[in-house]
Amino acid sequence: MKAIRSLQHYVKSFTLWELLLGLRVTGRYLFAKKFTVQYPEERVPKSPRFRGLHALRRYPNGEERCIACKLCEAVCPALAITIESEEREDGSRRTTRYDIDLFKCIYCGFCEEACPVDSIVLTRFNDYHMANRSESVMTREMLPAMGDDPVDALKDSRPWPSIMNKEMLLAMGERFEAEIAADRAADAPYR
Amino acid sequence: MGFEKFLFYVFAIVLIFAAVRVITVRNSVHAALFLVLAFFNSAALWMLLQAEFLAITLVLVYVGAVMVLFLFVVMMLDINLAPLREGFIKYLPVGAAVGLIIVVEMGLVEVHSRLFAAEQYHLIQQPAGYSNTKVLGEALYTVYVYPFEIAAVILLVAIIAAIALTMRKRPETTKYQDPAQQVLVKRGDRIRLVKMPAEKKL
Amino acid sequence: METILTLTLILAKIVAIVAPLMLAVAYLTYAERKIIGYMQVRIGPNRVGPKGWLQPIADAVKLMVKEIIIPSGANRFLFILAPILSIGPALAAWAVIPFGKGMVLANLDAGLLYLLALTSLGVYGVIISGWASNSKYAFLGAMRSAAQIVSYEIAMGFALVGVLMAAGSLNLQDIVLKQQGGLLHWFWLPLLPLFVVYFIAGVAETNRAPFDVAEGESEIVAGFHVEYSGMTFAVFFLAEYANMVLISALASTLFLGGWLSPFEGIPVLGEPGLIWFVLKMAIFLFLFLWFRATFPRYRYDQIMRLGWKVFIPVTLVWIGVLGLAILFRVGPWFA
Repeated sequence: MKAIRSLQHYVKSFTLWELLLGLRVTGRYLFAKKFTVQYPEERVPKSPRFRGLHALRRYPNGEERCIACKLCEAVCPALAITIESEEREDGSRRTTRYDIDLFKCIYCGFCEEACPVDSIVLTRFNDYHMANRSESVMTREMLPAMGDDPVDALKDSRPWPSIMNKEMLLAMGERFEAEIAADRAADAPYR
Repeated sequence: MGFEKFLFYVFAIVLIFAAVRVITVRNSVHAALFLVLAFFNSAALWMLLQAEFLAITLVLVYVGAVMVLFLFVVMMLDINLAPLREGFIKYLPVGAAVGLIIVVEMGLVEVHSRLFAAEQYHLIQQPAGYSNTKVLGEALYTVYVYPFEIAAVILLVAIIAAIALTMRKRPETTKYQDPAQQVLVKRGDRIRLVKMPAEKKL
Repeated sequence: METILTLTLILAKIVAIVAPLMLAVAYLTYAERKIIGYMQVRIGPNRVGPKGWLQPIADAVKLMVKEIIIPSGANRFLFILAPILSIGPALAAWAVIPFGKGMVLANLDAGLLYLLALTSLGVYGVIISGWASNSKYAFLGAMRSAAQIVSYEIAMGFALVGVLMAAGSLNLQDIVLKQQGGLLHWFWLPLLPLFVVYFIAGVAETNRAPFDVAEGESEIVAGFHVEYSGMTFAVFFLAEYANMVLISALASTLFLGGWLSPFEGIPVLGEPGLIWFVLKMAIFLFLFLWFRATFPRYRYDQIMRLGWKVFIPVTLVWIGVLGLAILFRVGPWFA
């Protein structure tokens, strides 16, 4: 029995049998249909729970949702959020500053979970890049860099600031409000 | 002065330079590399003498194999040069004597051939179809077959002796991997595939 | 005057060999990425130029403009010399490869020996780069590579001994001409074990997968060329691929009848021989890539075992068989 087995082994190894089997597998896959998704022209569907770039939402009447409770700032494990607040003329408490440092953020979504008014959210928008750490000061003029379409924004290749300030976050919220609302609604039954 | 002569001097000068550097350079890896250069140039000189088989064999055996192993060893050494240089004066007389003997012997060969066989200095131009590989082979396996075989046996003895001298017996408890046994293992020896019914849904 | 004329002619021939070779090397990298991509159910590079055709050009430009970094503590001269030493033999070996009848740069009588000598020189680039880099990873890679190349050279040399016994000549042109008479007259059939050993040893000599322990990116980062960047790295890269092309050219010359057509006697299919030669090389190059896509890396001690305990005995036995076959004038090959 042992002799037969070792003979078998010798025949197999000297005819390179196992290697040929391996080559057959890769040879077959050479002609198989390819799975590659041609990003950015083609995209895979994203989950409604996808955690991309941040946004601050508004109520349908245009009022900011954020009440400067600073729960998000407190819960943020990466200390990426900085909030300063003041009393507005109408007596309500509002933020004067709401910065998210994108270099620090780990996209865990805790801020979204902590928010009592569903103000800070993570959108599905994920293709952006930052080229300059020092460009942390945002002005309204820089906003168009995002473009109407995320794909355009990507092609535009103007650098994003590493710190998203309040204006920018609100602009993100305005741009993607429909998508954000739909995603929250889709996820609501599971919460 | 023909082109060949010019080449000869180029190769000869580089050869001598490299040979001198082999013994004068401090770093032993550099010395080994200069030795490679020396081999190369002597191969080129043999090529000029139309001894292409010998030239290529020199490159193949010495440069391609022997020096690689040399470098292999030399690179792994961590030599402190100072103690090596201490004995320089002490061994100088012996070294000088050996050098002198070699010079005298070479000079004698030179004088001998100058006096008695001056025509040897003219290169023998062989006809176009002449293959010195074939001639060399024939000479080795007919006229010089015994010396050739004896040299082979001596080399074999040297190999076996070197292995015997460096083989160390390790204690019985040392564990070894045996690749031959390892490749013999089949999947069935190590893994049992079990088929189980799926669990009932609660 | 005449000397100058001959020299220019030789120079022109060298350019005529090296320029297409470099182009072939560039597109071999493209083919490698495409073929391995396809085998991994991806599509490979397709962005630079139509279907990614300009990818190798883009890579070359990128590598040329990158900075050459010389690590501190490295030996500057040897560090720069090493890549040159590795590409030199890979290109010089092409001098004796016949592309057709009479189409050879140097019709050397000891051509086979010359090739063996040159392929053994390639190891210097690796060894010197490993030592001159002053880096542990590079040194480990160099040591592995040196031991591996020296071991496989023996098996390779024995395989070539088989070829020269069968052909009765060291001249590559004579070896090809000896194989005349169609597919079954080529040496791959009587020398089948040597052919297989030669090609596998060739894969090992070029440090390609599955014998790429000298690079072993998952264990020693990139082996002997970790410290190299820019053009110096590019030259190592070129040398590796030029060596692959060389091994393929040799395997087709020595075992598959070089420029000879498999349909000898049928006039249209036989000409020109160069096409057949390139086609045979392409088959071997494809095998190189196929191997890389298929086989996992060998363990180092198993590489040594394969070289010393399997390949060398196999070649020795077959040389004996071959001697008997020649003695008794077996088949159409040794009649």
